[in-house]
Parts: sequence; C-alpha cells; structure tokens
Amino acid sequence: MTSPLLELDNLHTFFYTDTGVARAVDGVSFHVGAGETVGVVGESGCGKSVTALSILRLIRAPGRVEQGSAIRFEGKDLLGLSEREMQRIRGNRIAMVFQEPMTALNPVFTVGDQIAEVARIHANMSKKDAAVKAVEMLRLVGIPAPEQRATEYPHQLSGGMRQRVVIAMALVMNPALVIADEPTTALDVTIQAQILELLADLTKRLGTSILLITHDLGVVAENCSRVIVMYAGEVVEEAATVDLFARAHHPYTEGLLGAMPRVGGTAERLATIPGTVPPPTNWPDGCRFRERCMYAWERCATEHPPLYQIGGGHTSRCHLAVEPERRAHPHTPIAAAIGASAA
Amino acid sequence: MASAPPSIRVPASSVRQRLRSDSRFWIGLSTLGIIILIALFARFLAPYDPNAQLDISSLHSQAPSLAHPMGTDTFSRDVLSRLIYGAQISLTISLAAVAIAMTFGTLVGAVAGYLGGVIDAILMRLVDAASSIPTLLLLIVVIALWDEIGVVFLTLLIAGVAWFTVSRLVRAETLAVRDADFIVAARALGMPSWRILARHVLPNVVGPAIVAATLAIGNVILLEAGLSYLGIGVRPPTASWGSIIQEGAERVSDLWWLTLFPGLAILVTVFACNALGDALRDALDPRQLLASLGDETVQHTR
Amino acid sequence: MTFLSVRDLVKHFPIKRGVFGKVSGQVRAVDGVSFDVAPGETLALVGESGCGKSTTGRAVLRLIEPTSGKVEFDGNDVLALGASDLRRLRRKMQIVFQDPFSSLNPRMSIGAIVREGLTIHNLAEGSAADARVKQLLEEVGLRPEYSSRYPHEFSGGQRQRVGIARALSVEPTFIVCDEPVSALDVSVQAQVVNLLQDLQRDRGLAYLFIAHDLSVVEHIADRVAVMYLGHIVEMADVDALYTTPIMPYTQALLSAVPAPDPGVKRERILLTGDVPSPANPPSGCVFHPRCQHPARDASCAVIIPPLEEKAPGHWAACIKQPPTTVSWESQKSVGGTNPPDFFLPRAALHRSIDTTSAH
Repeated sequence: MTSPLLELDNLHTFFYTDTGVARAVDGVSFHVGAGETVGVVGESGCGKSVTALSILRLIRAPGRVEQGSAIRFEGKDLLGLSEREMQRIRGNRIAMVFQEPMTALNPVFTVGDQIAEVARIHANMSKKDAAVKAVEMLRLVGIPAPEQRATEYPHQLSGGMRQRVVIAMALVMNPALVIADEPTTALDVTIQAQILELLADLTKRLGTSILLITHDLGVVAENCSRVIVMYAGEVVEEAATVDLFARAHHPYTEGLLGAMPRVGGTAERLATIPGTVPPPTNWPDGCRFRERCMYAWERCATEHPPLYQIGGGHTSRCHLAVEPERRAHPHTPIAAAIGASAA
Repeated sequence: MASAPPSIRVPASSVRQRLRSDSRFWIGLSTLGIIILIALFARFLAPYDPNAQLDISSLHSQAPSLAHPMGTDTFSRDVLSRLIYGAQISLTISLAAVAIAMTFGTLVGAVAGYLGGVIDAILMRLVDAASSIPTLLLLIVVIALWDEIGVVFLTLLIAGVAWFTVSRLVRAETLAVRDADFIVAARALGMPSWRILARHVLPNVVGPAIVAATLAIGNVILLEAGLSYLGIGVRPPTASWGSIIQEGAERVSDLWWLTLFPGLAILVTVFACNALGDALRDALDPRQLLASLGDETVQHTR
Repeated sequence: MTFLSVRDLVKHFPIKRGVFGKVSGQVRAVDGVSFDVAPGETLALVGESGCGKSTTGRAVLRLIEPTSGKVEFDGNDVLALGASDLRRLRRKMQIVFQDPFSSLNPRMSIGAIVREGLTIHNLAEGSAADARVKQLLEEVGLRPEYSSRYPHEFSGGQRQRVGIARALSVEPTFIVCDEPVSALDVSVQAQVVNLLQDLQRDRGLAYLFIAHDLSVVEHIADRVAVMYLGHIVEMADVDALYTTPIMPYTQALLSAVPAPDPGVKRERILLTGDVPSPANPPSGCVFHPRCQHPARDASCAVIIPPLEEKAPGHWAACIKQPPTTVSWESQKSVGGTNPPDFFLPRAALHRSIDTTSAH
C-alpha cells in the first residue's frame, strides 16, 4: 500500500488564552491520498479551520501545535522542518484557498502580479516569464480576456472572479495538495457551482489532491470521495461519501443530516440538535456529544469513545458501534431535558 | 453546568477584564491617582506655605537638602511645597478643560454625524474654520490682549481649542455606527432620533473620545506649562509647574533643581496619562474581541 | 383589502463623484417590484447578492426611502404617512436582521434591548414590562434569567433569538426577515427556522422572508418570488416554483443548489459570466445576456417584460414564454425573429432523476 500524500497523526493544537487552554484540535488523525478529494465537515468551533492552518504551520501565539503531533507530507514530518523549509512548501507543494477572496488578495497589487509573485518565489522565474505564466493560469481558471484581466486590481473583479484568481495562485506551482477552507461559502450559489466545477475539473486534469473544508454537506456530497466529520476538536466519523449519507453512524452526523432542509424534502419541522457545542476550554469528560445525544447512556459519561472501526473504511467515535442495540432506545437528550438555552 | 450562557467560541473578555489585566492601566491609574491625591491634600502634605519667603537672606537658592528635599528658589520659597500646590493648579486646569472639551465636542460630533446633511455640513465647516487657527498663537494673542486672566478663563480658553479634535473623532465614529443594524432596528421600532442618539449612538461612540480625552490631559498639562513658561499662563507668584520652570529658566545650569523637579513632575504625569489612554484604547478596540482561535467565527455571510 | 400590497417599488441610489458630489449615475437596486402578501402567509424573496432583495425589504418598511412606488399596509399608504403616524404603524411591521453580531447594541443588556419597544409605545411599565420581557425571552427559547447579560456573552443563534424577541415585543402582524439564518450553522439554522414557523403559527404572523438559500426557502415559504437585478422575474407557489420553474434563471438557480445526497446527479445549468452591475443593467430584459431560452432574440434586448401569469398563480417576466400580453407583432417590430415558445427543460428539475423523494 502506497503511503498517503498527507497523513495527520494525533494532531493537537492548543490555544493558551487568559480564559484557559482551548484545545481546539484534540487528537485528530486522518490521511489524504494522491488525487483524492477529501471533505472535512463540521460547524463552528469544531476545529476544522485550525486543523487546516496547523498543516501549513500557520498557527501563531497564543496557539501552538503540541508535542506528540505529527503531520507527514510526502513522507516528511512537516512539524520537524525549519521555517525556511516550510516556506518552500507553502504555495509550492501545498497551497491554500481561503474563504474570503477579498482579504486573500492584496488590494494594492494587480492580480497578474500576485499570481506571478508565486512563480517568481518558488520557480525563480524572471519577471517576464512569470507574467506570461500568470496569464496562462488566468486562462486555465476560465477568466475571459486574461491578458486584460491580469492588469486589473482585485476590487475591479467580482467575487467569483477573485476566487478564481485565488485558485490560480494556488495552482501555479502545480501543488500536490490544495487545502480549500470554505472556498465557496462567501459566493452566490450559481457562482459556487461554477467554482466547484472548476476545482473538480482542474484537479482531475492535474491530479491534485484536495482537502475541502466546509460546513455544507451538499458540497461534500457532490465533490468528495471521502468525508471526515469533526466535532469538538475531534474526528467523530469518517467514511466514503456514499456510505456516510446512506448509513451515517454517529448521532451528530445523523443530527446534521436531519437538520438540513433540502430541496424536495418533506419534513414539516427540521430535526434539531438541542444544546450547543461546549467551550473548547472545557471539553466534558466521556463523550463530548453526550449531552446532546438521544442515545447516550451511562457508559458515555465515563468512557471517552475511541474511533471504532465499522467496516469498509467507515469509522465512528461512538459506543453504539459496540452496543448497537442501544439505538433502539432513543430518549430526550439531556440538553433538551434540562431546558438548556437553545443555541 | 456553567453559570455563564454557553457561547460558540471562547468567551471574549469584556472591556473591564481586559483593562484589569493590562499593566499600563494600573500604572497609569495609580500614578495619576497619587498625583491627584497629593493635589487634593496639598494643605496637609506641603511642609511650607508655597508663597512664603522663608528667609530671603540665608535660605534662597539652596540646593536640595534634608530640610528642603527639592531645594529653594531665588525667593527662598520651598520648591517641594510649590510643586505640591502647583499640582493643584495644573491638574485642575487640565482636567476641567478636557472635561468641557469632551462634553461639547462629543455632542457636536454625534449630532453632526447622525443627522448628516446640512447640519453636518455647517457644523463641520465651523469646526474646520476654527481649528485652522494656530492654537498657540491664538492663546498668546488673547492673553496678551487681556493682560491678567484668571485660571477660569484660561481653562475655558484651552477647552475652546481642544474640542475640535474630539468632535471630529466622535463624528467619524458616529458615521460608522449610524448604519449598524441595531440602529436600523431602533428606527424600525419607531424610536425618535433624539432617543436613538442618546441611548444607542452615544454609548458606542464615546469610547474613542474617552481615549482622546485621557491623552489630552497630558497635552493640556504641557500646554499650560508652556504658557506659564512663556509668562502668559499662570502668573507669579502663583505656583504651577510651568511657572516654577519659568522662574528657574535662566539659571538652568546652577539652580538645576528649579527646572528638574517640575520637569519630572510633568513627565511622570504625562506618561501616566498616556499609559492609561493606551490601555483604554486597546481595551475598547473591537478587533481584539475576536478570540484568537483561528477563524472559528460563524462567518457564513456574504 | 389586501394585507400588504407593493406596486412598482423603485429605489435608485445616486453615485456621487468628484469634490462636489456630482451625481454621475444611479445604482438601480430595486427597479419596479410589485407583489402582495396575505395575512399569515410567508412570501420568500430569493436571489443572489446584488439583486435588491434586502433593499426591497427595507423599502417596504420605509427604513429606506423609496424613489417611487406604492406600499399599502393594512389600509395605510405607508409612503405618504407623516412621522407620528408612521411611528404608530411601525408597531405592526417589524424586521429581523441577518447579522447576529451587529443587530444588537453591544452596550445594552438583552433585557433592555427587548424592553425598549414596550417603553417607546407605552405598552408596559415597570414590573409589568419586566414580566413581559421575561415572557418574550421564554417564547423565543432563551432563559429569562439571562436578561441582564450582554450580547457578546451569547452565541450567534441566541443573539438572533434576541432580535426576534425584540421584533415581537411590539406585537407586529408582519415581519420582514432579512436573511435571518444565513449567518448561522446548519443545526442552529434549523432551530431558528423552527422557531419562526412556530411563532407564525401561534401569532398569525406574515413574513417577507428574504434569503439566498433555496433549501431553507422551500421549507418555510408559501410563495416564492425570484429577484434578479432589481426585478422580480418569477413568482409562484412554492411547490410550483420548485417542480416547474419557468424562467431560465430560476432553473439555473435551482440546479446550482448542491444536494446533500450523493445519489442525486443534478444536471447543472451553468450560467456563464457574472451578474452585471446594477449601476449599468442591460436594456430590455435584464437577464437576456445570460439567457438560454431557445426563442431569445433581439426583441429581448429592447422590450422590458411585464410580470405575467403564465399558469394559475404562477407569474413570470418573459415575453417569449406564452401566454404573454406582448404581442408577437410588437416583438417583430423591434427586431424579434423568434415567436414565443414554451420552454421547460426537464434537466433543470431537481426531482427529475432522483426518484426517492416522495413529494
């Protein structure tokens, strides 16, 4: 078995704030293979963005990646590299696409210059060659009249165009891995469709792997071959996309799927998950989802569930994996019973 | 179960909490507090009467000693006592002037910013015109014309030139706040403009004004000292820090204590004001409210 | 008498250039919008950014002064009312905002925020007001003990609930919901959507629900109006719109929504290019440069299509989609080459290929 392109091994990233230590990422492990598109799904506070930033070592004080974590990329542990070596990887072997294209682009430089800069830093291209490459990249991402556009400034482009520019910048050096952190959340739905098509098409052509971070299960369903669900700083479920939607195991995933209104759906009332995410400075003992779960029983309060194997590459951090008969006895979750204020 | 309502991200420290953990706040506050206390209890703290000429023949121009820790001046007055009483004058003028400037400036700025249109245009042009007159020159001219002005008039004069900056600051903040959703919500509830200004706009724009005011205290002390040094502020024999310096200005090299101690006093006070102002500004800065947890805020907006 | 009736609502924002603020153009944010809302019903206004839906919502409440048009609410001509009459009417029509972080005054406790409406309209005083505030907080699912806490101590979903409580405090009959759940997580969205539905049922509220998320809209709306560049291009009952959308833009919008189901393969209708700027909209039908209707021709660039009833209760603005009152003769006279044609590509329908949803 070939080793995966990217392998996170027991990643812990903590933030030392004056209100306590926030364990934003608390033991996350997963891998991304070559040419794969993997989705990471979760809501605010689950740690998905911090995970992405940790991979590229973009976490700054008061945050810190803890000892004992390993992030292996193409065999090398990124956490052991010097800052200099890391800079040679960022934008070159691993590229990142952020949510807000307006803040990801420097407003005082033309888009052509910004794309060219990447080529000049990493491929040592001359100014002229880099400019040519920039136009080529703009054409690749489907921007009409690229020679003209390359001379324009970010504010002269629409949101969708700007995101295409950001993608162009990410792909200039033909990286092995692109980390896309909510790349289409800030865009209109028709533009979102265009951008996702573009990403899918390009990565198929270039063989790039994508780590797609999003809160939108619909985006994941259409674009990812494998899905990782995060909650409270941990991976709570991982499966092939088809499996996750057909046979979601973890009650949180079930809750998410139930809470989504869908076009063509029949639900009178949306299923909700009572309660809120606990604060990262104070993760509860046992299972972190326990108080919001309708199946929880005594074991869940005392024993922190490991990631159980369910079969066929499907894992779930839930004791239901070993006591499936409990699923027949749903009850009101604790959070709803004590009338905890709603989210 | 936690007593505070649960929040999605690490709860942001409130302004008070942030202030409490900022050492500049404590340094500035305590220093200023001590100086104010000294000024308040001058009568009990000063060893001598500040205007008393103790022994013009033998005790004048004495270097610092045990009996006179800050020496005596050319009129054999105890410098320490003068310094303590001087604090009264300097602080009164600056605190009062700043308070007046802030009140007036805030009101003008908020009204101009919120109502906009013609009122804004008129008010701001007035401010522009008035502030284009060089302060020091204006003050010198006014004081030269009215030979002897009391402390009250001096205070009003200083307030009169300081309020422009405050009003501009507040107006800028008001413009930013004016379009916030909660203001629109207030209008949607049918709230009259004056109430919106008083309850919603002012509390939110006063922050930068307070910061500016705190910093201004230091500036005004310097201004007063400068005027007194030029001989047109507080006149002798009244002791203010500036006037003490003025009296010792010609003998800086040999009667060094006459300029050093009041100079130090000014330095320490201005430093305390700046520290306090900086701490306040950082504590009120909304950008620092976002917990430093990467980007875990709920930002699914367009 | 209709509850809420909007006719030909227009809002243009002047673009000022230069030192003296000379007006060099207009942003035609809302360019002739007409619709009705019945008591207790939810009309959704959907569209992408820049289509003018938020501006429409605020203009209807006269929080923005419309450039022209007529808004009739509960028998009152809203745009002609004097200040004190308007203030009285404001009780009946309220608004809930999108951004839970800027919609509450950070310096007021949530109890004080909810209480203000009661004070302004003299609805309750002192302890009666306190009791009412506690009641309202409970009604929106918040613990009344929290009334002395400040907005920053709450999560986005909770703050949104405070905003709803504030709107309810003056007993409105109509609420403009301006993207109330767009800024919330999915599970929190579900809670707030359920709350809005419960409140509607319990209090008989009518909603103008402004949103861009088509899945949420299908769940909560009775009727839907689709906006594009300041115009309503299609309006129908929610079922009709989602099963048989007539306008190519609506079809493209529906086909673009990602389905949370890997089994459904939706054939995408991808629109080319970007939305034109509302400061410089295309002539005639504003959608014509990106339209894929087979009968599109030169007349589309000249004639502004009226919103016409193409099927019972189903309105669309297209001169090429029969039935149309714009005769073929008049279309020909301005360069039309294609007669009106019935167009409904099956590929755009979300239910066409996936047969599992039973609706």
